[in-house]
Amino acid sequence: MVRDAWLIAGKDLRIEMRSRVGLNQIVPFAVTVLVLFAFALDTDQEALRTYAPGLFWVTVLLASLLAIGRSFAVDLADGASDRLLLSGIDPIAVFGGKAAAIAIQLVVLQVLLGAGVVLLFDVTVHRYGLLVCAGLAAAAGVATAGTLYGALVAGLGVRETLLPVLLLPVVAPVLIGATRAFQDAFGVAGAEGWAWLGLLAGFAAIYGVFGALSYGALLEEA
Amino acid sequence: MESAVRLRAAVTLLGRFPALAGVDLDITPGEIVLLKGPNGAGKTTLLRLCAGLCTLSTGQGWVLGHDLSSERRMVRRRVALLGHRTGLYDDLTVAENVAFWARAAGAGPQDVEEALERLSLTGRLADTRVARLSAGQRRRASIASLVVRRPELWLLDEPHAGLDQQTRDTVDTLVRGAAAAGATVVLATHELERIAVLEPRVVSVVGGVVRGDNPTESHSPNSPSDAEGDRRGS
Repeated sequence: MVRDAWLIAGKDLRIEMRSRVGLNQIVPFAVTVLVLFAFALDTDQEALRTYAPGLFWVTVLLASLLAIGRSFAVDLADGASDRLLLSGIDPIAVFGGKAAAIAIQLVVLQVLLGAGVVLLFDVTVHRYGLLVCAGLAAAAGVATAGTLYGALVAGLGVRETLLPVLLLPVVAPVLIGATRAFQDAFGVAGAEGWAWLGLLAGFAAIYGVFGALSYGALLEEA
Repeated sequence: MESAVRLRAAVTLLGRFPALAGVDLDITPGEIVLLKGPNGAGKTTLLRLCAGLCTLSTGQGWVLGHDLSSERRMVRRRVALLGHRTGLYDDLTVAENVAFWARAAGAGPQDVEEALERLSLTGRLADTRVARLSAGQRRRASIASLVVRRPELWLLDEPHAGLDQQTRDTVDTLVRGAAAAGATVVLATHELERIAVLEPRVVSVVGGVVRGDNPTESHSPNSPSDAEGDRRGS
């Protein structure tokens, strides 16, 4: 099953590297959102520093919608989703592979946006370990929930507009937890960062298990 | 002998429309079966039902000994369906696509090479992204990605569509070879003269049911059952 999951993840990542949609569209979109936030608040540098974690995670979540939608669009484009069903690959492996590919893309996006936040918002990292762990846990949470809801709307004609409506409220705990953890890591607020990391890990674990168990039924309906 | 496909009063609803309205059908292993009938008759739905991609709303069905109601995942592992869409990824090369589906089916690099050669997809073509291929080349790549699965039941929907004469001959050779090796082949096509060389058993599908099933029927496009199907479909 692990071999099959990596097969799916490798395929999705290779397609993204080839198509350069992530590099040419999703990253520029995310950077643009970040710059717009900076423009909106630039008269108050202190406010920028204070709100940097929240602005960073709102940007990541918005960009993640594009990455998740894209992950399912490539399977639907010319009937590959039917072939996946016929391949005999366990749906749990498909779920794990797609979630892993999305999570890796989100981590890359976080690294690029993180550099942007440091440059634009003038923040300093105080706790690198917390920053890295929170970033990974949040990426896992968004990826697992996103893969689940992506499959849920994949077969619908209105999937592009329905996915944000369904997914953003669901990942609100990730936004809150990751923002608090990053506030602690950036030293801009006295949040208990490691405690919030527990919330992020719990969220990822719950959606990981829930997604793995229900993904087969969702694929049937897609 | 256990049937490769056995359907009893099989009904499949697409939404509220009965795409299959009570199909009874038996296909023995190693047979080549031609499904003929007008557009919208239910041929594609019948192929998808046999692939385990459509649900059986009522009735009973077994494919390769597996119950279509409860063992569709087992069915899917053992069949190959060539549909109207290619099932390929535009941003991967031909070789990468075939290799991906080969690995998904547990096949090795040798199987990939063999499939690419059989469909004349070697050399530069193998390293070309699918997005840059012609429709016929995409179809060949799609067939190659099925060949590597070594399925026991081939379900081919308009297998010659968009192919040149040479590749059509290659497809016919593949079908003959698969049947000779013991696999069952079910084709749906309007190119009846083309298929005649394969000497298939002809099954007429009209209005979601099997109207004619004649193992010895000749394959003239003007045969009575075909004409009947066209009238009913119009």
